[in-house]
Amino acid sequence: MNKNGSIIRMAEIRKVYDTGKVKVEALKGIDLDIHGGEMVAIVGPSGSGKSTLMNLVGCLDTPTSGEYELAGDRVAGVTRDQLAEIRNRRVGFVFQNFNLLPHISALENVELPMLFGGIVPRERRERASELLDRVGLGERLDHKPTELSGGQMQRVAIARALAMNPDIILADEPTGNLDSTSGSDIMSLFTELWQQGRTLVIITHDLALAKRASRIVEIHDGRVTSDRAA
Amino acid sequence: MRTDLHIIFSLFATSSRLQKKRAYLTIAAIAWGTVAILLLLAFGEGLKRQLDRNRRSTGENLAVMWPGETAKAYKGMPPGRSIRPRIEDVDIIRARMPELKAVVGELVSWRTAITYGRKTVNGRVIGVNWEYGEARKHFPQAGGRFLSPEDQEQRRRVIFLGDEMAKNIFGGANGVGKTILVNNAPYLVIGVMQHKTQMGMYGGPDANHATIPITTFRAQFGRERINNLVIETNNPDEMKPELKKLNEIMGAKFRYDPTDARALGTWDMVKSAKQTSNILIGIQLFLGIVGALTLLIGGVGVANIMYAVVKERTREIGVKMALGAKRRWIIVPFVLEGVVYTLIGGALGIIIATLLVALTSFIPIEHNKVMSFLGRPTLSPQIGVITSLILGMIGLLAGYFPARRAASVDPAATLRYE
Repeated sequence: MNKNGSIIRMAEIRKVYDTGKVKVEALKGIDLDIHGGEMVAIVGPSGSGKSTLMNLVGCLDTPTSGEYELAGDRVAGVTRDQLAEIRNRRVGFVFQNFNLLPHISALENVELPMLFGGIVPRERRERASELLDRVGLGERLDHKPTELSGGQMQRVAIARALAMNPDIILADEPTGNLDSTSGSDIMSLFTELWQQGRTLVIITHDLALAKRASRIVEIHDGRVTSDRAA
Repeated sequence: MRTDLHIIFSLFATSSRLQKKRAYLTIAAIAWGTVAILLLLAFGEGLKRQLDRNRRSTGENLAVMWPGETAKAYKGMPPGRSIRPRIEDVDIIRARMPELKAVVGELVSWRTAITYGRKTVNGRVIGVNWEYGEARKHFPQAGGRFLSPEDQEQRRRVIFLGDEMAKNIFGGANGVGKTILVNNAPYLVIGVMQHKTQMGMYGGPDANHATIPITTFRAQFGRERINNLVIETNNPDEMKPELKKLNEIMGAKFRYDPTDARALGTWDMVKSAKQTSNILIGIQLFLGIVGALTLLIGGVGVANIMYAVVKERTREIGVKMALGAKRRWIIVPFVLEGVVYTLIGGALGIIIATLLVALTSFIPIEHNKVMSFLGRPTLSPQIGVITSLILGMIGLLAGYFPARRAASVDPAATLRYE
């Protein structure tokens, strides 16, 4: 963490997709600072560039130009493997469609990032069951994702996101595939995490959800059009 | 490194198993290919060993020479002179070239009447030195013997029969100890040759001729000039220089250019054995390539199935990458999977091929004309090593290319949508 407490610092971030024939400028100069302990909702219509922004924030992709610092480290000129390591240690992902591996148990799903992080098996197992316990699935460690409801799957995903104790939790439409009850449960879980001091970035077009954040950033056509406290 | 291995094996163990039926089919394809390559190579090896054995049944490290005509002018004499060595030349060569294992002269009488009781057959009778038996592998059946130095010295009327000829004369009965007439002169049968499958021959198969001491032959047929001169060296490398030396000695005596290859006709069996073995290497190579290609098709099957698996698991791969999996942690389990299928198939194929080869040993070979030339399929350690290497390579390649595709998955693109 650098001195002003920024977890994410983006300056003049541009992303151009070169499809060969045409160049598509998805992000046209984004400046964004997210501090530790914030819960930021990024909203915008589809095609606004918020997915691209999420990929960059999550180090799934690198910007065409601009400066990006994640937890004080510049993300630039790194190899794919180094990016993988940054994702592993610094970012916890929560996806709209959960993206759990279907053939392994909830426990093994939560263990997976720790496997990549080089944590020894016993510690993995202990921490994974602790986390699942914390999201209310202590009874279902050995269930496969297919044996769980949508809300439960998203809880497993959140436990997995927490596994490596990352600097930020990055959630992409986390309630998009859930009914309103489970959706609001998940939001409460996020709020709880925020209250425990975690930094969360939630991408959504659900305004009800966005309102529960501490700050709302609106993206339009590759630019930040509004940035306000909720 | 150890963490790497741990991660890779954990991932390999937990990655979703591909559909069973597809795995079985792939393994079967590899097994089939392995059986094909093993059987082809085993067949080649059997053929090689059999041909080798058959070739050696004429004799080893031999050269045969026969009378010829000079092709080069020499010391004022024109080409076209006949060179016909005589019986005493055998002794000259033996005296001047003591390093030779054997020197034998052959005098041949074609279509000679051989009579036993009321039965007469026409056959070849050859007068030879006693060393002929060892050099030309005329081994006696039980109860008999080949010509001895004493037979030759005392000009005995004894005869050693080829097994086919003995069968023609005596039917199934044992001929040893019987007296037969050769051009009306009585001879005592002292031995009958053991059966052999003969590859190299001149004049005809050994089984169809009879041999008598060279001295006896000379006395009965009154001939001095030898039809064939056979020399045997102690090892194959000596043959070329020994032939050169022999031509120098004979060239000096008969006054011909020692480099004149036509003065004495020569069949260098060492040289032809080398050619035969080159051809055999060619045949084995060909069989091996055919087998390898068959196996390769199995490998393509594995690669194909692995590509399908990569496609099926694209999202799974994307998820793992998002969670921090490095490229090699994605690639190696895939390669491993390809290798495992290949090795299971290969092991199955090796078992099946070994059983099949073992079964062929029940086919009788000794009195089967085809089998006595083709030999029996044989698996050798080299074949095992070659096949394993090919299998391993195919497994690696079949896993590697799909795995590379897997590692090129863009997690950002795969994660967001179903």
